[in-house]
Amino acid sequence: MQELIVLSGKGGTGKTSIVASLAQIFQDKVLADCDVDAADLHLLLHPTILEKKEFWSGKTAFLHPEKCIECGQCLDLCRFKAIQENFIIDKISCEGCGVCAYFCPQKAIEMQENMAGYLFVSTTSCGPMIHARLGTGEENSGKLVAEVRNRARQKAQKENLPLILIDGPPGIGCPVIASLAGAKSVLIITEPTLSGLHDLERVIQLAQHFQVQTFVCINKADLNPRQVKETIDHCTELGIKIIGQIPYDEEITKAQIAGQNIIEFNPQSLVAQEIKMMAQKLKEYLKI
Amino acid sequence: MQIAIASGKGGTGKTTIATNLAYFWQKQMKKKIVLLDCDVEEPNCHLFLKPTWHSSQKATAKIPSINLEQCTYCGKCSDLCQFGAISCLKDNVLVFPELCHSCGGCTLVCPTKAIIEVEKELGEIKIGAQDNLQIIHGYLKIGEPMSPPLIRKVKEQATQEDLIIVDCPPGTSCPVIEALKGSDFVLLITEPTPFGLHDLKLAVEVVRDLKIPFAVGINRSTLGNSALKDYCARENIPIILEIPHERNIAIAYSEGELLLKKFPQYEKNFAPLWSYIQEVISSCKN
Repeated sequence: MQELIVLSGKGGTGKTSIVASLAQIFQDKVLADCDVDAADLHLLLHPTILEKKEFWSGKTAFLHPEKCIECGQCLDLCRFKAIQENFIIDKISCEGCGVCAYFCPQKAIEMQENMAGYLFVSTTSCGPMIHARLGTGEENSGKLVAEVRNRARQKAQKENLPLILIDGPPGIGCPVIASLAGAKSVLIITEPTLSGLHDLERVIQLAQHFQVQTFVCINKADLNPRQVKETIDHCTELGIKIIGQIPYDEEITKAQIAGQNIIEFNPQSLVAQEIKMMAQKLKEYLKI
Repeated sequence: MQIAIASGKGGTGKTTIATNLAYFWQKQMKKKIVLLDCDVEEPNCHLFLKPTWHSSQKATAKIPSINLEQCTYCGKCSDLCQFGAISCLKDNVLVFPELCHSCGGCTLVCPTKAIIEVEKELGEIKIGAQDNLQIIHGYLKIGEPMSPPLIRKVKEQATQEDLIIVDCPPGTSCPVIEALKGSDFVLLITEPTPFGLHDLKLAVEVVRDLKIPFAVGINRSTLGNSALKDYCARENIPIILEIPHERNIAIAYSEGELLLKKFPQYEKNFAPLWSYIQEVISSCKN
């Protein structure tokens, strides 16, 4: 069993649309949406939720005003400025470190568990799907991502499926690291723009940091030939394979509005053809 | 005054709007503007504004370091740590820097003062300028998971007297909250597609939670369908900026060209923003 994670560094390069298309093409896999912050894959794959599990993670300080003598020790100790002058706790700033509660001489502060989101085990027409929803403004997205990956692995083992296809979050921080570390391969979707290339360079560095086999796909490849060349040159220099070049096509947006992936929406379109060719190459490289 | 440019979904045009707004305001108002690039995982503002960099500094966070000679292996540090960043074994204490939130609890709780704090590198902060526009950006070190401490440090570089524009990271979790904190107004950027609408709804939840006044800006506004505008109308959310979906805009963007420099005709799209935002902020204060 192996994990293929799709990342982009920069948001909006077409990651989710391509994952949904690969989901349509690849047989025998588990889908995992690790973009727990702003997950969109479900908008194209319409999962039927079989199991909904609460995700409890982290703590928040809660002050019992009747016990508080306003000595101010907590104010001095909190490094996150989460306790205001009037001894009201700013829940948004509280990181749940528990220092205020531990050192309060009156034991007036209690640490309460956070219900930080939900994890879903679902089924789709393209196979089983594990996804999640982090509560807005919550921390610990990395932990929730790790949970999603764990459940996806269990599912793959149980149903004897050889592949986990992961839709990753944008950026290079906590949830991306949690999605990427330990995966076999990463497919990075980029676009031929100055910022696309800048962000690609950073996400490639991250993939190399974690020694994950890397493939690159250039989406909207007809937008700027010069930037396409720069991207190819950069990847070639690093010995990274470009395994797809997909043209810009408003059919992708139309498919999204129809709630479909491009392979089912318009299989004859050039975009669909290119994605199929890329999928074939991926199958060969990954031996699936 | 602090105005944040945010979005749930990535790639909707936050950086385009933040850089053009900063450029336009400093040109129009002859006022010093500070643009904070708080998308420290993938900062891009500098690609469009091409500032001259004046200074660069390492940004660090505090992590514990254990002097085992003084340690009695009592385990109070690992009991206190809520993040699993310190683990006391029978004859060793392990520190996991990537999990540490720098709360300082372990140092305080250690009965033998065996724990001191040392600096861990988070990334780099660079300060540059172009005309009357100051650009400050954070660059998260590759492999460092936690961006909020670096975002906090980027924001510390500006003073409240400045007119600050914050380019936020995408999403709805802690890095976004850190970037939004202290803002007087948020402009949420989206696009008229199902993904854009879905993620806008999440971003609206966040700014409503934070109780910051906000409005929506639509990028590639001639794309997609009308569901986004219907939603904004239903929710009484004003749309104060629209940029059309044009291939020549996309090409200029791909070359790292600033929209308003290349196509000054779009200045009229940005022109009403200043007085609108001023009005909203002053009405909220009263």
